[in-house]
Amino acid sequence: MAAARIPLVDYLRLADEPYLVASECEECAARYFNHRVACANCGATAFKEAQVPADGVVRAFTIVSFAAPGIEVPFVSAVVDCHGTSVRANLVNVAPDPEHVRTGMAVRLTTFPIGTDSTGTEAIGFGFEPAAD
Amino acid sequence: MAEDVWILGIRMTKFGKHPDRDLVELAAEASMGALADGGVTMKQMQILAWGSIMSGGMGQQLQKQIGQTGIPVYNVANACATGATALRTVIMAIKAGEADFGLAVGVEKVAGAGLLAGGSRGVDGTTWTPRGPVGAVAPLDGRIGTETMPGVFAQIGLEYGHRYGGTSFELFAKISEKNHAHSTLNPLAAYRKRFTLDQIMNDVMIAYPNTRPMCSANADGAAAAVLVSDTRLRTLSLEQQHRAVKVSASVLTSDPWEEACQVLPDVNTLTRNAATQAYEAAGIGPADLDLVELHDCFATAELVHYDNLKLCESGGAVDFFNSGATWRDGRIPVNVSGGLQSKGHPISATGIANVWEICHHLRGEAGDRQIEGARVGLAHVIGLGSACGVHILEKAAA
Repeated sequence: MAAARIPLVDYLRLADEPYLVASECEECAARYFNHRVACANCGATAFKEAQVPADGVVRAFTIVSFAAPGIEVPFVSAVVDCHGTSVRANLVNVAPDPEHVRTGMAVRLTTFPIGTDSTGTEAIGFGFEPAAD
Repeated sequence: MAEDVWILGIRMTKFGKHPDRDLVELAAEASMGALADGGVTMKQMQILAWGSIMSGGMGQQLQKQIGQTGIPVYNVANACATGATALRTVIMAIKAGEADFGLAVGVEKVAGAGLLAGGSRGVDGTTWTPRGPVGAVAPLDGRIGTETMPGVFAQIGLEYGHRYGGTSFELFAKISEKNHAHSTLNPLAAYRKRFTLDQIMNDVMIAYPNTRPMCSANADGAAAAVLVSDTRLRTLSLEQQHRAVKVSASVLTSDPWEEACQVLPDVNTLTRNAATQAYEAAGIGPADLDLVELHDCFATAELVHYDNLKLCESGGAVDFFNSGATWRDGRIPVNVSGGLQSKGHPISATGIANVWEICHHLRGEAGDRQIEGARVGLAHVIGLGSACGVHILEKAAA
């Protein structure tokens, strides 16, 4: 039996091809990664689940060298434009320096284990890595 | 049409480390200074607005130090825009006809406070348990991007570069070089050391491209302003009238929804909206400005606000900076106080201290760092969340 797995956040779906989901306003299509009482854009109250494309382009990044205690540095924080839906994520599988990370680079979603708890359940995180094209 | 409002008196304390003085003492120094500067007393004040983030509402404690007159106190908090919000609270009361005189004060003690954000959730428990708005099973800072301000604003600067091109580590460092150079002329700045470009670029990296001297300096400090209605000002002495500074525009905005604003704070749209409203209210354009104090919480932030405040053409902030326009001898000097990177950033004091800086120049009282002939200035702050305050100030007619 495979070990139980749990996603780092509820908007990460652990399918064979993992993907992110957004909550999409049924009126104006504004997308959110957390609960809204009403749409911040148009005020409508009905939302549906929308799958976010797993590939995108880096629109902004920083390489964090100094963080709160316990956080491993350096890491690359980025905003990835996934075909019109912006996603906040770390860039992974790339050297954390400005020679290797640049805005405009093509990236794709990837997942990886971040640890196992006392019951043997593995938590799965996500990031974006350079696209192989 | 509501009547005009004027700044009658204004004062900031020295910014820096004040380990032996508490918030109320710092606020009292600035408040008493502002009252004396305006030639008035606490007995004439009809409203008090107190701004502070770290302390909550303590306006009443200030009254107990400088005068309990029974007037209404508004304790306000609006992130880094708190000082501007306190100022605007008093301006609104005067415009509404509820007061002729009012006092606004902003104060903070954050010297040595570190990052101020990030690591918002500790590691908890021995089993993964989804918690919070996105059902997270572990802390997210560092796993899904960064929560820290240097990192957030670094991304904002690089996003501008992605959109329009021309940015580089060196360019952002040069903005910081300018502000540190300006600070050497400001006796109230927390840090007055000039740095070379190499020193800035080789200092400790916090969040690329922001090194330590490119980040706002946590500091203690207070600033306060006395405001007066136009009608009442006309009854005061000629000297008071000549030194008074007109509030030609006072605007506060929040961020309207934009795609991505939930992912990386959008500090651009609400600043552009505030600037547009302020220029329209004042009947003044960016070309009329003699100096600007803008919210350079990080070097990367200053660049985008050149554009947001329409000091340059849309997309033209890099060329605008490279032209030398924002140095103190340039076309539109920006942050001649040294800005938040060297003057320091006692959060809630900042939105009044930047107005103090402008007033100082409009009154011709800025000493060594006086911008000669300054008649019009703009002060801008932004608090993440977000709130943006813009004030346009004009010298009194001779």
